[in-house]
Amino acid sequence: MRRALVVAGLALAACGPVPSTSSAGAVVDFADALPANAPSRFEFGAEASEARIALWDVDVKPDGEGLPLGSGTVAEGERIFQMHCIACHGPTGTEGPNDQLVGSEPWGEWPGSVTVGGYWPYATTLYDYITRAMPQLTPGILTADQKYAVIAFILNRNGIVPEDAVMNAETLPAVSMPARDRFVVDDRQGGAQVR
Amino acid sequence: MNPPRLSRRAWITTASGVVAAGLIKTQADAVRLAAQEAPLQAPDPTKVPGRFTSEVGRRATGEQPRRLARAQALSSSSQSPLQDLMGIITPADVHFERHHAGIPEIVKGSHELLVHGMVERPMVFRMADIERYPRVSRLYFIECSGNGGGAYSRDAMPTEITVQALDGLLSTSEWTGVPLATILREVGVRRGASWLLAEGSDSAMLSRSIPLEKAMDDALLAFGQNGEAIRPEQGYPMRLMLPGWEGNAQVKWLRRIEVTDRPTMTREETSKYTDPLQNGTARQFSFVMDAKSTITFPTYPYVLPDRGWWEITGLAWTGRGRITRVEVSTDGGESWADAALQGPVLPKCTVRFRHLWEWNGREAIVMSRATDETGYVQPTVQQLWEARGDQTRYHFNNQRAWKIASDGVVTFGLGDLV
Ligand code: HEC
Repeated sequence: MRRALVVAGLALAACGPVPSTSSAGAVVDFADALPANAPSRFEFGAEASEARIALWDVDVKPDGEGLPLGSGTVAEGERIFQMHCIACHGPTGTEGPNDQLVGSEPWGEWPGSVTVGGYWPYATTLYDYITRAMPQLTPGILTADQKYAVIAFILNRNGIVPEDAVMNAETLPAVSMPARDRFVVDDRQGGAQVR
Repeated sequence: MNPPRLSRRAWITTASGVVAAGLIKTQADAVRLAAQEAPLQAPDPTKVPGRFTSEVGRRATGEQPRRLARAQALSSSSQSPLQDLMGIITPADVHFERHHAGIPEIVKGSHELLVHGMVERPMVFRMADIERYPRVSRLYFIECSGNGGGAYSRDAMPTEITVQALDGLLSTSEWTGVPLATILREVGVRRGASWLLAEGSDSAMLSRSIPLEKAMDDALLAFGQNGEAIRPEQGYPMRLMLPGWEGNAQVKWLRRIEVTDRPTMTREETSKYTDPLQNGTARQFSFVMDAKSTITFPTYPYVLPDRGWWEITGLAWTGRGRITRVEVSTDGGESWADAALQGPVLPKCTVRFRHLWEWNGREAIVMSRATDETGYVQPTVQQLWEARGDQTRYHFNNQRAWKIASDGVVTFGLGDLV
């Protein structure tokens, strides 16, 4: 029953690549997970208030949902980058020691470089990820303005936005990423074929 | 009975003692010498009263399986000692690790799970709430999708690599938890929802988008591992279990689930954990771990001291259901024989395979290949290169090979076949 409802839901939502997992064969049957006498709701746990949700709901979607107010320029971003990022990503984002953020290799070979410029399909992922995880030793210290700025800087050095670009909740989701259309749904399905 | 093995440490000890005297020229000589040594003199245990009972047991002094933990970094991994383990269960304290920002210290009493988004009733659960729902316990493997990358590059096929270093990002446990479907039923998923975002409580707040179909199928909110509370390294107090799927998606230290109608496109499903193919595309949301097997004995740095009967053994697993067959070759893939599968053969779980072999003392290349219930046969590395090219970065499930030289020295042997 439950499963049938969900599958109907999937068919309605034609949004985003939906991997095919239905051919997985005999999957574990959870029919025994809920006893026959289980109530429709147990009512364990508490309702979450709007404020409670807002406290943790930090993710940013590719269409920009979740992006806060604020804005930042490439020039401001360069200052933020020098203060908070170069120790691990290098003065120009290419030297490391940690992940290379700027891809310098020309297009041709795929993937030219596994960096923001060479590989990342969505610019919004930068906001989502930096909010969660960067700078690595002090995650969460950047303000929204500072994040928009450092993202503008990273995108500019990757040759994706111009020197005078301003990043905000409107412009960031509109940035067109070079690798955007290269991502495809997983077509492995088991069976005789090696993919 | 397993053949007696010479641990690496024993070999080093033996070797350092006699190398200077010129008594050993090869590793095999060292093994033979060690076999002749008198056993360590210990007091006769039948004449000495033993220890009392204790609250927590400990391993025998001579048995100390260890993870391979090399990089001291926040984003790093450690491998399970596959060569030292028997059966299919991984002792919890040597379960492999992959963290992106270290292991968080979490107090169970203050940990909460927020479930919101496209639901009728957004809710917050404390661990005591979660643990009160009807539970299930199941045996599942978890494998990091980067596992085995050391056996893929044409130009860098290793020879002196252990099975632990090669394939040790694989572990199997009995997981206990509450089906995610039960919790989603509690909050009431809205029509049109098709994905969810799972978020961890580590300092990377590691996040993955998961199709709702999987969440409703066999996903678990797991808080138990091999009969006790899940270890901090595996996600204490609670992780997402997605049976058969890549480890990264099974978010540890789970604190938030947002039900959505599209993927969030987090860094771990775009920049990482995607598979560039040779045709200029990259495969995304490649969750399922395809069928794979790996020999755990004999492997480097073991040395077979004698010709004669040896049991080749290893593990096979698939994210697509059950393993139906494992074959073993001792001639580099020219001919194959069915290995015995140690039951029960469970879905999305490792199975131990065994093949009794009489070694004639000549150079041999031993291999294994697994078949799963979909009819998928573990491919050769050449088949994967052809299908995906050189640049792919995850899902290295190709067949492995171990070369046994005539003096018994075992090395990784795939390089000989490519
Ligand atoms: C203390 C070191 C450190 C500092 C400082 C740091 N980072 Fe990072 N960064 C890392 C590490 C390590 C990773 C890889 C993490 C992983 O493997 O999960 C990373 C990854 C990233 C990535 C993802 C790269 C990719 O290709 O997937 C981005 C983007 C990033 N950092 C941005 C920043 C920005 C912006 C700053 C400054 C505000 C910053 N980092 C400061 C260590 C650091």
